[in-house]
Amino acid sequence: MTSLLAIEDLGADGIREVLRLADSFVEVSERAIPRVPALRGRTVATVFFEDSTRTRLSFETAAKRLSADTMTFSVSTSSVNKGESLRDTVETVAAMGIDAMIVRHRSAGVPWQVSRWIDASIINAGDGWHEHPTQALLDCYTVRQALGLDDPFPGLRVAIVGDIKHSRVARSNVAAFSALGARVTLVAPPTLLPPSLEGWPVEVSYDLDAVLAETDVVYLLRIQAERMNEALFPTLREYSALYGMTRERAGRLCASALIMHPGPMNRGVEIAAEVTALPNSLITRQVTNGVAVRMAVLFRLLGAPEASEALVAHA
Amino acid sequence: MAERERLLTPPLGGVFVARAQVMTAEDVSRATTRIAHEVAERNHGLDDLVLVGLQTGGVPLARRVADALDTANAQSVPVGSLDVAFYRDDIGLRPVLPEAVTNIPWDLTGLTVVLVDDVFFTGRTVRAALNALADHGRARAVQLAVMVDRGHRELPIRPDFVGKNLPTRRDEMVDVSESGVMLGDVVVK
Repeated sequence: MTSLLAIEDLGADGIREVLRLADSFVEVSERAIPRVPALRGRTVATVFFEDSTRTRLSFETAAKRLSADTMTFSVSTSSVNKGESLRDTVETVAAMGIDAMIVRHRSAGVPWQVSRWIDASIINAGDGWHEHPTQALLDCYTVRQALGLDDPFPGLRVAIVGDIKHSRVARSNVAAFSALGARVTLVAPPTLLPPSLEGWPVEVSYDLDAVLAETDVVYLLRIQAERMNEALFPTLREYSALYGMTRERAGRLCASALIMHPGPMNRGVEIAAEVTALPNSLITRQVTNGVAVRMAVLFRLLGAPEASEALVAHA
Repeated sequence: MAERERLLTPPLGGVFVARAQVMTAEDVSRATTRIAHEVAERNHGLDDLVLVGLQTGGVPLARRVADALDTANAQSVPVGSLDVAFYRDDIGLRPVLPEAVTNIPWDLTGLTVVLVDDVFFTGRTVRAALNALADHGRARAVQLAVMVDRGHRELPIRPDFVGKNLPTRRDEMVDVSESGVMLGDVVVK
């Protein structure tokens, strides 16, 4: 594997390997000096054409804890504003000499396209509505850590609630959780579901209250107002009344159920402010684990030899 | 440890086929007890001493040395474990993956650390371990205990306590387990 564009690139075994590897990096992150020399001399560029707080900081922290050098590109301060094309932009960054490029873009498929233009490893940090694989990996890791089992996924009931249609997080999480053997249910009003769910390994429900009691993990998605060009539901209040994780709904979950959200949260819309503070809410743990999981992904991509070179070296 | 990694490394990836038994389980057990006595002798007791086993082969050995120390001195010595994968100098040259999580829950500053590994070969694992240890504090001294020293050093590192010196060919393989020490070859699957 030289790039991580979608969860499918990893497969179930690859996901499990990243999760196991992340255990080691969680230990590193808990040290007084949370840094190892594993990727010394490597350069990782974050190239984000879309806003981000946690993903970018998380990747940069991960790279630094592996002793890699980091390069930051943000569109708002770049020559993209002078009309430089996507291809020229990424080729310019690549020409500085980088080993990995972490790409976020509002259009699906951009990381894949970039991977055809440049030689560096590409990590998809979110492309349009398509995929956000490292988010799904850190979510799986957080569930595994919270349940304290090496493989808690077979038969685990995961409900992904909210704006499925516009959500790359949902797509990656469906792929990752189902690859690991979890049973995924999508919960949303019909207008927030993709036009077709053919081929998705999921069940669908329009009624959150009906699935609450039979769920081990409730994964709430952000209402992505910036991606909505039309009125997909009447008001935020109505959405919140039907699909929001209120205090009262949280009380109806099984005692061991976990509550997750990829952030940023619209408090009071998809999740009530007091629910985020419940002990079974993993939202800050997701952010913490994000660094270790991204260290695992970077190490797996950049720490591995080129297959052919390794063969020659050991022949 | 270098042994096990070679096992996993293509194209060397293969299975270990034992050719000769060089130490029996009793030999290993006696050597462990002797190493424990030497550790206590060299350090004039066990105060401020910790054992750190290198993942994965050194970890059970470190526990056995600790048990022997406890038996002989009625004093328990803390045992940690260390995985050096992220400190290796061959990252990017061959697949390097940690085998287990490091567990050193103490600041090592001022302590004497005895690194324990099963097979001592090129010295590169120990080099990585020394760097890794430095991230856990400034140890007063670091000593090295190994069950088998098979030679072929590539770095100026020597062990302080040795179970057995075993001349080997470079392409041979040494396996240390509960049942003793075997010398053999890696055969391509």
